[in-house]
Amino acid sequence: MLDVILDVSGLTYRYGRRIALKDVRFAVSGRRITMLLGPNGAGKTTLFSLITRLLPIQAGHISICGRDLASASSDILSFIGVVFQQQTLDLDLTVDQNLRYYAALHGLGRKEADARIDEALSQLDLAGRRRDKVRILNGGHRRRTEIARALLTKPKLLLLDEPTVGLDIPTRRALVTFLHDLVTGNDMAILWATHLSDEVADQDHVVILDKGEVKAEGTSAAVMARTGANSIDDTFNRLTASTSHEA
Amino acid sequence: MRLEQALRALWGIVLRELMRFVYQRERFIAALVRPLIWLFVFAAGFRAALGVSITPPYQTYVTYETYIVPGLVGMIQLFNGMQSSLSMVYDREMGSMRILLTSPLPRPFLLLSKLLAGALVSVLQAYVFLGICAIYGVVFPMPAYLLALPVLIVTGLALGAIGLFLSSMIHQLENFAGVMNFVIFPMFFLSSALYPLWKMKESSHLLYWICAFNPFSHIVEFVRFSLYLSFNGLALGVTAAVLVGFALLSIMSFDPRFNLVKRQVS
Repeated sequence: MLDVILDVSGLTYRYGRRIALKDVRFAVSGRRITMLLGPNGAGKTTLFSLITRLLPIQAGHISICGRDLASASSDILSFIGVVFQQQTLDLDLTVDQNLRYYAALHGLGRKEADARIDEALSQLDLAGRRRDKVRILNGGHRRRTEIARALLTKPKLLLLDEPTVGLDIPTRRALVTFLHDLVTGNDMAILWATHLSDEVADQDHVVILDKGEVKAEGTSAAVMARTGANSIDDTFNRLTASTSHEA
Repeated sequence: MRLEQALRALWGIVLRELMRFVYQRERFIAALVRPLIWLFVFAAGFRAALGVSITPPYQTYVTYETYIVPGLVGMIQLFNGMQSSLSMVYDREMGSMRILLTSPLPRPFLLLSKLLAGALVSVLQAYVFLGICAIYGVVFPMPAYLLALPVLIVTGLALGAIGLFLSSMIHQLENFAGVMNFVIFPMFFLSSALYPLWKMKESSHLLYWICAFNPFSHIVEFVRFSLYLSFNGLALGVTAAVLVGFALLSIMSFDPRFNLVKRQVS
């Protein structure tokens, strides 16, 4: 049985009168990718903001590695690595300096930070760009730097909010393959928010979110079977049809 | 929170701020050019027009250049505080603020570390400026340069706290021009930085009282007294109150429970 790393139950969030999330519940287990599929405005970013404590929980529960997020101390965030949809690197600093800053924020000592930066940069094929300022990197390299940074602390839960947005097709494919390889070889879970259903692999767990509600959850095969669709893309379109039409 | 972890994070935040400052050479030059123009041009022109009589902490008549140097040190720290505020708004718009706010340390600690980092940058600028002033001929007693260090750290923190609070209130970078017009310039000009308050009283009682209540006047006086190895209890009290008050307001404004952080993620 797989360990539950993230457990979300009865999560509701409102921006004033507008409901962004409504009774959301799902679980993310270790050693696999959970794809959070949803069209724009489905509530994916709000969900990530709640998991990372950028927003306060209004109703419901989130637990990470068995600890309740609302009542836990701030060190619970050390279990999480995040790649936000919007790029969050400091353009004036080099790749190495950005990673060192993150390592310091997470309390890593110099030697440990050195070793982990070496490892992360070589994993992401960025060793040659270490001394480059982020400003001169292209979108793909910046994204890989952000993933390398998120991996520095060896998180139990890696949150990826639309990490492939703005990347060209070969870079996107390479990143998708890398992340699938990563999760099988490491004791971690990935929650990957996307609206691109072609990023889902057969072995992934899928949560389909639309208008703040979970429409389906399960293995990709189970979710397809439930809707009678012949692909994840078809399933996604059927379950989010009203939103797609509105858009 | 382990002490070792907290110190590493504090060092990381300070180092990042210093590196950004060093890499942004234009910012460093602009920070120095502004007060130097006041010292070399404005003060030279107004020396004859504005006589400065004996008023504490001065024991004798001083030249106008001598009078305005502590005010210009305050100006450097005021602008640096607002620059930090601007960079926080930028960080928020660019998203890098999230990296700070999602690190596994208490948010008040992270914000206070950021505040300290900004204050240290402003102290660095202030000492470079005091060095240029010494070459120009405005020299203070040697021990005063040492005594001024803790004072400049406190005043830098106080002005940085105002900036930090403003950064939580400013929604977009475009709104920052308003801060210049409605906060920085009134704070600077309605203070004792450029003219003693008795001089202002001769012109307008209303303006005198506004200047007397302006916290920046007390911050400038705190610096001025320290540069003459004197102590001004009122100035210290007001500076400390500004620091504590605005630091608390900033911590509250960045606390998601107060719902102000919503702007940063939505």
